[in-house]
Amino acid sequence: MEALVASAVGVMTAAGIYLILRLRTFPVVLGMSMLSYAVNIFLFATGRLAVNLPPILDHAGAATAGYTDPIPQALVLTAIVISFGMTAVVVMLALGAFIEAGDDLIDLDETEEAGQ
Amino acid sequence: MMSHLMIAPVVIPAFLAPLIVLWMRFDLRTQRVFSVAGMVVLVGLALALASSASVNPPEVYKLGNWEAPFGIVLVLDRLSALMLVLTAVLGLVVVLYAIGSGWDKRGWHFHSLMQFQMMGLNGAFLTGDAFNLFVFFEVLLIASYGLMIHSGGQKRLKAGVQYVVYNLAGSTLFLFALGTIYSVTGTVSMADLAQKVAMMPADDTALLRVAAVLLMLVFAVKAALVPFQFWLPATYTNAPGPVAALFAIMTKVGVYAIIRIYTMVFPIGGTTGTLAQDVLMPAALVSLVIGMVGVLGARDLGRTVAYAVIGSVGTMMLAFSQFTQAATGAGLYYMVHSTLAAAALFLIVDLVKERRGAAGLAITPAPKTLTHGLLAALFFVGAIAMAGMPPLSGFLGKLMILDALRGEWTIWAVILVTSLIAIVGFGRAGSTVFWKAYATEGDPPEGPRDASAPGLAFVAAGALIAGLVALTVFAGPATGWLRVTADQLHHPQAYIGAVMDGAYERAAEAQAEGAALMGHGETEATGHEAPAAAH
Repeated sequence: MEALVASAVGVMTAAGIYLILRLRTFPVVLGMSMLSYAVNIFLFATGRLAVNLPPILDHAGAATAGYTDPIPQALVLTAIVISFGMTAVVVMLALGAFIEAGDDLIDLDETEEAGQ
Repeated sequence: MMSHLMIAPVVIPAFLAPLIVLWMRFDLRTQRVFSVAGMVVLVGLALALASSASVNPPEVYKLGNWEAPFGIVLVLDRLSALMLVLTAVLGLVVVLYAIGSGWDKRGWHFHSLMQFQMMGLNGAFLTGDAFNLFVFFEVLLIASYGLMIHSGGQKRLKAGVQYVVYNLAGSTLFLFALGTIYSVTGTVSMADLAQKVAMMPADDTALLRVAAVLLMLVFAVKAALVPFQFWLPATYTNAPGPVAALFAIMTKVGVYAIIRIYTMVFPIGGTTGTLAQDVLMPAALVSLVIGMVGVLGARDLGRTVAYAVIGSVGTMMLAFSQFTQAATGAGLYYMVHSTLAAAALFLIVDLVKERRGAAGLAITPAPKTLTHGLLAALFFVGAIAMAGMPPLSGFLGKLMILDALRGEWTIWAVILVTSLIAIVGFGRAGSTVFWKAYATEGDPPEGPRDASAPGLAFVAAGALIAGLVALTVFAGPATGWLRVTADQLHHPQAYIGAVMDGAYERAAEAQAEGAALMGHGETEATGHEAPAAAH
């Protein structure tokens, strides 16, 4: 399972990086979501992978047979909420720029034109 | 009582911002009154907290009263207090300027976004938890996205998209770094991290070093250190003037995080050795050079100032990358100075832009504007401060940094030569824009489009200049205070002790109690290591 999760994170990160280097906003937004999926799974895995274990000590207390670390789950929940909100913001912004400018190129067309 | 005062800089703007959106949406006058009142309260709070921090050891506020390594804590020490004061003062000035120049009328929700921005900044400076730092980073970033594109326009929106995408990539990197740190140490509380990292064997730190460098990259993106400075010129030039002035504190959030994390969690000579210094010093040197050359090469007054910001971040980072007490103290003084100077210059540049009509900010001769002499004088003072010429605080700051770097002659050479380049750059820009105007024929351009109270705008810009003068006049007491701050930073035991006060002892006690309640015998209590699945 480690290999599966690790390669999923790796492939999604690679795809995300490729996409955010594209020239148009749509692939860039896709790339950002790809990257945030990758990081969410990565965060999940930071508490070590455990299958079918509760995120809590049961009645045996410290003698519990095993549990999965609850903190990464809390962290990843926060990260998901934030990345969801940020994706919404960037979509709105990209739409706004597209409507104002008439194209969705991510570059500023002139680099430094005197007098703007 | 004091302890509850600590969370007020986060809570007050958090309440005020939605109030402004929901309750006074259509009434600009009420919005202005509440926004200014909020900022004044924040300044008062910040000053109260600073006076408390300067006599007391670091104070801790436990959110929800959860114990330190598990719950989130806010920590107030001298550095946090300094940043709070700087943020609040800048916020007040920016709001006054926005009201005076009429910027807040040119789009929706300026004042509530300002309050959210304050909330994020104050939280980031107060928190003692690395993941909470990420959350506050996001709060301040999302507010800054709104402020950056305030009042719209094609170029501003396009620059905004770049800014947002760059910072989203930075946030993702932040999460990767935090995940790696958590997987190695099992904690994200900064004080706990400092203890755990110090206990790690020095020959088994590969993952930890990766995490430390990833974190450095994230903070370098925020601080606009080379090679992550590309977002800054376009963003600052295209942002509304007052917002660009507020963004002068945004780069300092990255600087603050670097100082905080790399003096406490990954100190020089600690488990990760001189890693931070090795990475920071070259980046700071190149930032300084690129920034100041950019000042000389810019063809637009806004970009001149934006590049000066990059250069000044490089200068202060050179000081901080020494990780010695004297250099940190000097760096802090220069940081306060450069924040005020950059903000003042952005406001002045905006005043110029409003009054130059079609010529905008291009560094080309154009007819004389109304109130030309005053603008020229303000820019002159701001440029002197930014370039680091006597008599203002920029000179003192650079002098102190040079003094602290005695022996590092290459760095001396770089700082001195780049200062000269900056002086030439500012001199060229200022003389073309302001002095050539006297020789240029033509009708004076029309005044600003919709200023409510131009006087107030000038007062706001002047207040920042007055702050610089005060920083120069009271340089003695200020450096004394900052020296103690640097001392506190380089001896983080007080901070760590305040946060982790007896946490492990209480945990052991609770565990023993729990074991007794469960009816376990003494023999079973010996097997109390955490299960392998957790660590």
